Amino acid sequence: MRAAEQLAQGLRMTYREACRQAIREALNDDPRAFLMGEDVGLYGGCYAVTKGLLEEFGPERIRDTPLAESAFVGAGIGAALAGMRPIVEIMTCNFSLLALDQIMNNAATIPHMSGGQFAVPLVIRMATGAGRQLAAQHSHSLEGWYAHIPGLKVLAPGTVEDARYMLKPALADPNPVLIFEHIVLYNAEDELDPAVTSVDISSAKVRREGRDVTILTYGNSLPKSLEAAETLAGEGIEAEVVDLRVLRPLDDATIFDSVTRTRRCVIVDEGWKSGSISAEIGARLVEERFFELDAPLRRVCSREVPIPYAGHLEEAALPQLPQIVEAARSLMGRK
Amino acid sequence: MSEKPHLDRAHGQHLFKEMLRIRRFEARCAELYQAQKIRGFLHLYDGEEAVAVGIMQALEERDAVVATYRDHGHAIARGIAMGPLMAEMYGMLEGCSRGRGGSMHFFDRSKRFYGGNAIVGGGLPLAIGVALADKDLRSGAVTACFFGEGAAGEGEFHECMNLAELWQLPVLFVCENNLYAMGMPLEYAEAETDIYRKASAYRMPAEAIDGMAPIAVEAAARRAVESIRTGNGPYFLECRTYRFRAHSMFDAQLYRTKEEVALWKARDPLSRMQAWLQESHMLSSDDLARIDGEVEAEIDEAVAFAEAGTWEPVEDLERFVLMDEVPE
Repeated sequence: MRAAEQLAQGLRMTYREACRQAIREALNDDPRAFLMGEDVGLYGGCYAVTKGLLEEFGPERIRDTPLAESAFVGAGIGAALAGMRPIVEIMTCNFSLLALDQIMNNAATIPHMSGGQFAVPLVIRMATGAGRQLAAQHSHSLEGWYAHIPGLKVLAPGTVEDARYMLKPALADPNPVLIFEHIVLYNAEDELDPAVTSVDISSAKVRREGRDVTILTYGNSLPKSLEAAETLAGEGIEAEVVDLRVLRPLDDATIFDSVTRTRRCVIVDEGWKSGSISAEIGARLVEERFFELDAPLRRVCSREVPIPYAGHLEEAALPQLPQIVEAARSLMGRK
Repeated sequence: MSEKPHLDRAHGQHLFKEMLRIRRFEARCAELYQAQKIRGFLHLYDGEEAVAVGIMQALEERDAVVATYRDHGHAIARGIAMGPLMAEMYGMLEGCSRGRGGSMHFFDRSKRFYGGNAIVGGGLPLAIGVALADKDLRSGAVTACFFGEGAAGEGEFHECMNLAELWQLPVLFVCENNLYAMGMPLEYAEAETDIYRKASAYRMPAEAIDGMAPIAVEAAARRAVESIRTGNGPYFLECRTYRFRAHSMFDAQLYRTKEEVALWKARDPLSRMQAWLQESHMLSSDDLARIDGEVEAEIDEAVAFAEAGTWEPVEDLERFVLMDEVPE
């Protein structure tokens, strides 16, 4: 089908539109569901994800909040405890630190600490990542950090399909689920497969098969890694690209299976290297698959700096195509 | 529910007995702490009993409670049985939180008791959310949210005052102002020491009341709950009270004088209530002996329940980190 036809049939859409349709579907399917956050209503969302939803659902279900992250995230937790199915939007994950007390000390803790008497069926969506020159207080990738916390589930949709279908199972999940939407991906466009109407939120997904080297990645590093795989293919190196998608709990089985087959692994993560999700995956591979590896692990991560504003510096701070290609090549003993 | 407390003999004795239950239960907790049956932090409510007891008189079964880490009084006054509370402090499976929370984290789903929260101010956003759900679900329920005056120093306090009033949420804010945030005296911590004025600034009805007088607290709570249930949004009660014992079991109390403690002890809600009931011929010596015996027996039974408790199997350590379903 041509792009225009797909667009007309509603199959071709942006990641942003996919997020919006997912919210619309959630609100239509469950009267207990509502969305709240800063500028989600009148303004239409900082990244225009929720545009039009206020008119469609009204102010009780598309709830604009004051700039009070701790209060409205905590309110989402309380509402979930008391029978609702809230979707809370935090404008960007840097702001989520203002609500970290509520996320960590309440959402992640109460089910276990209450001996299983209470669940927190809550979704928190937040924008993550760099690439739009928003400087150091709007560009960080904190999903790996949240993946440290028992009691949370952490998702990172890297495709339009996942952006479209991850919210539903996340909201149906009895646990607090954090969804990290990458700011660069909002404009990404793709056609949805009409045969797919749901995705699971427990497994990683092989996005490209290959026998020589595994590239483990997620979020906006996924398209970069797929592009790198194309380049590598031109050199006779077949890279397998695994989209982690779920950063907590990690899908060890898919990761181990791929690395066991390729025997080489590059991890591409927009988070910083130190104490990161890439470090965690690397440690698991060394603990569980050390003797399957034919080469050392390689990681391509963000440089350990607050993400800067200037375009050339921001670009230099993030994982980029040449580094991914170089890392994979080096594992094959090529320069 | 009528606005004013109906002060007959039975109700007077009920208030007295509820406060006595808390006082004696905690006296036993302190002993058991010395005996190392109870470990961790133990924060006692001695002196503040009139607040929890008075407030709970105005609540119904459908209402919700969010408590603090000093939650024994709230839990007992809310009607959670002493056995599971004591067992919780023993760290037993039979405890109200399976022994996972301890003294600071009592939970009881059946009583809509959403936990003792040990982050000062951390319970306020939860309470807002529970109230938001009740409002959306049109349940008519009120959420009573307890916190100390120390919480007024936290940003969450102000965020929640604003949000509760802005969204007209059915929350009863109960500030237990015992003058010290751990060891920090109120006048060293707050530019405005009348906490209720902070709530007033957010345009909700707010008043300061005598937190050492159960009848005054009950009367105010009934007034407040009626206002909230009529749809007038949140209500704020600053209950001026005092904790007789140390902040926790590790506290040399260097920050306050013995004279000050003695002055407040002269206003002990329990002995004053007892004297008043006796003067008013609403509490005979037989009544007193009976109540005393009942309370002691209840506590003995709770201790026996805790002593007979079992440890949660270590294999269950990770259970409920992630839930399989939302409990109904």
